[in-house]
Amino acid sequence: MTTPVLEARAVTMRFGGLTAVRSVDFTVNSGEIVGLIGPNGAGKTTFFNCLTGLYVPTEGTVSYQGTVLPPKPHLVTKAGIARTFQNIRLFANMTVLENVLVGRHTRTKEGLWSALLRGPGFKKAEKESEARAMELLSFVGLAHKRDHLARNLPYGEQRKLEIARALASEPGLLLLDEPTAGMNPQETRATEELVFAIRDKGIAVLVIEHDIRFIFNLCDRVAVLVQGEKLVEGTPDIVQADERVIAAYLGTPFEGEPGEEEAAEVAAAEAAADAPADSTTGSTKGETQ
Amino acid sequence: MTNTTGTTTAPEHGPVPLPPAVAHTLVTAGAIGTIASAFMSWTWTPDFPGDLTIYGYPAGLQILAIVAGALTLLYSLTLWNVRGLHRLNPAGATTPVLLTALSAFAVCWYTAIAIAVDLGGLVNLDPGAYVAVIASALPVIGALALPHPDPGTGIRGYLTKPDQPRPGKLPALAERAVITVGTALALVVFTYGIGINDDESETFIGYLLVAVFTAWALVHAGLLDRYAAISARHKGFSATLAFVAVAVFPFTQSEDHNANLGVSILVFATVALGLNIVVGLTGLLDLGYVAFLGVGAYAAALVSGSEFSRFSGVQFPFWAAALTGMAASLVFGVLIGAPTLRLRGDYLAIVTLGFGEIFRIAVNNLDGVSGPNLTNGPNGISRIPDLEVFGFDLGEAHDLGSFTLGRFANYLFLMLIFTAIVVLVFTRAADSRIGRSWIAIREDETAATAMGINGFRVKLIAFALGAALAGLAGTVMAHVNYSVNPQPYQFAGAAPPNSAFLLAAVVLGGMGTVSGPLLGASLLYLIPEKLQFLKNYELFAFGIALVLLMRFRPEGIIANRRHQLEFHENGPDEPEQGTLPDEPAVTKAGA
Ligand SMILES: Nc1ncnc2c1ncn2[C@@H]1O[C@H](COP(=O)(O)OP(=O)(O)OP(=O)(O)O)[C@@H](O)[C@H]1O
Ligand SMILES: [Mg+2]
Repeated sequence: MTTPVLEARAVTMRFGGLTAVRSVDFTVNSGEIVGLIGPNGAGKTTFFNCLTGLYVPTEGTVSYQGTVLPPKPHLVTKAGIARTFQNIRLFANMTVLENVLVGRHTRTKEGLWSALLRGPGFKKAEKESEARAMELLSFVGLAHKRDHLARNLPYGEQRKLEIARALASEPGLLLLDEPTAGMNPQETRATEELVFAIRDKGIAVLVIEHDIRFIFNLCDRVAVLVQGEKLVEGTPDIVQADERVIAAYLGTPFEGEPGEEEAAEVAAAEAAADAPADSTTGSTKGETQ
Repeated sequence: MTNTTGTTTAPEHGPVPLPPAVAHTLVTAGAIGTIASAFMSWTWTPDFPGDLTIYGYPAGLQILAIVAGALTLLYSLTLWNVRGLHRLNPAGATTPVLLTALSAFAVCWYTAIAIAVDLGGLVNLDPGAYVAVIASALPVIGALALPHPDPGTGIRGYLTKPDQPRPGKLPALAERAVITVGTALALVVFTYGIGINDDESETFIGYLLVAVFTAWALVHAGLLDRYAAISARHKGFSATLAFVAVAVFPFTQSEDHNANLGVSILVFATVALGLNIVVGLTGLLDLGYVAFLGVGAYAAALVSGSEFSRFSGVQFPFWAAALTGMAASLVFGVLIGAPTLRLRGDYLAIVTLGFGEIFRIAVNNLDGVSGPNLTNGPNGISRIPDLEVFGFDLGEAHDLGSFTLGRFANYLFLMLIFTAIVVLVFTRAADSRIGRSWIAIREDETAATAMGINGFRVKLIAFALGAALAGLAGTVMAHVNYSVNPQPYQFAGAAPPNSAFLLAAVVLGGMGTVSGPLLGASLLYLIPEKLQFLKNYELFAFGIALVLLMRFRPEGIIANRRHQLEFHENGPDEPEQGTLPDEPAVTKAGA
């Protein structure tokens, strides 16, 4: 049942003298939602980039379902890993539908010739792609915006569209980099539901997030990255209780809680120092160093 | 910023303090006066281009004055609430009236000044010219007394385009009628422009003045947007009509010279459209694109059977020559693209710039003296025989009913088929999996590769396809011009085709659109052709025109669907706060 989907072995990423990720071993099993947390600059996004081939790791290997992945983003996506970006990277001047259709790229194969000749095969493939894309748009709740330009969507919907676009590549593993950054509490909760629904489709999810409450609600397992190294890994309870984590990450006051109510709850639950509420949502992160 | 309220509710008058009724009357009377003046004599001697001397027979610049006056009259009538005319100015804005008035003013005053300067003194002006000068000034004064579009904003208020009321759909038949009329008008305007004699630059400048101000007025009134929306709903129909219009063009011309211009424009426009795949869709800056046109032209010339060709014994049938030209350009496209497209950023621009120059210099040197003899050096390959397609000699004039179609008209028809092919390739490729991946790469290459797009492969396809299409156009060009030589294949020059002009045609016309580069190329070909006196200042004028256009309409003359969609989205039923992706995001940059 719990076969590993993703296995990272001793992944290290150095930028000149700076070691952003240091010998991280990491596994995601099928059907799991795994969280990756850590203070700013801990190397979470860098680690994601190593997994998806955007960076070639200095050392270490990443394998997906048992086969080692070449460090080429398009091959990684083809293999079955899709991702979203911390700073939204939609195709701004394309419509919502077209964005998702681009996500279908690896699962379709009509080349230039079939586009020029427009045989029945081409039309069928286009129709199917569109139907599939519309399905995904309905899934994230954006079907009514299909002909809008991505750039004109509100922030929260842009994040949803990025998820739909990633899902379009029919991944076995979805990597989400701060999917709720910039969202209000309601949107965050909706995203939570969305991630559960994605897991229920049989897609494993690895999610980076600064909103600790979101992570602990969502994840089966949480790993903590501090200064490029994996500090702790385990169930939310274990991680929550770990003193090193509290010291490195939770113990210091952090702003950016979704609202006063939540802040109070978290504070009570974690017996952490009182968290000053910041109504502008969980995007601005705590000063933790 | 913008103001949708019409003339009725905006109480303040513009910079000229006059009551509205007087203002309206001034505009209308001035417009009528302008038209009337054109029927008088403006100068005593036919030395001034166009012969403006005869009472009752307007000519040259006078005809332009009539057109501008009529447009002003039309727009002035929208102010009088004449029924049906509100469609011309749906927002009831002041600016279109002002702009049409300015077009009449510009053409009349320009003519008067040109007469005085050309012929040496005001004495050369006949009463008609004085009437024109005075009558054409009245509408401008009147328009400036009309309500200011946005009081307190000065000139800027006039330049800001007001929000347009959401246009309703017309019945399909009516929309097709609109497209037909629009295409016919475009043909008339184009034919008039191309028909102006090369030595009548004065008339052509007047033509440009009227065209620019009128186009501006139409854009401001939202009519061009609506026209674009309508023709987008009837894509096939409007495309067919456009081709019909071009095919009709040779029949409107008695001289084959203009058909020659026509076919050259068509070649240039087709190449620009090919470049649009590379630049507009895929976002690759290609500064040496004209070299691919040259490769195609030289390849066709080499296998044309010309006695100056290195392979003078070889004479391919045209279809084979066209394929050879395409294939040669394709090979060069892949050779240039393969090593450079792996890199990002401006490397490609630099390499293509280099390739463009290398091509020209190499062709210059492959003359048997500096290098092996292949291209005959600077002399090029001349005496390229005319084509024969299906036993039909394109070099001969043919009679069709009462029309005689000359050599260039024949080539125009041939080239039109090629243009149609390129348009078809462009539209079909753009609206497909591969086209979407091109656009995705243009928008964000990192995200595109993360979506599974093999950036290198897809870019190489675009680059090679663009090259092949240019090569195809080159094969026709070689035959049209009787000869090929290295001279035109430069990066920048005073006359098209050259890489800078091609790029400008794409950018001016509108990147990523079909009609944009076609229009941009026509303008960039026609203007230097008709304004021969510019000669040494051509590049200077070209530069200024580019700067002005980028300042006032950076998206190009024809905006791509981005604009239409914004229009669509800001409809009354779905208010939307736009979120730009390049706004400082709350989170810091990741990948
Ligand atoms: N391309 C790069 N070149 C050099 N240094 C980099 C590069 N990318 C990231 N870094 C550095 O690596 C470290 C880790 O950055 P990373 O973006 O992975 O952090 P993060 O955990 O995602 O932080 P945040 O929570 O703020 O997103 C930082 O010190 C960053 O400056
Ligand atoms: Mg990050």
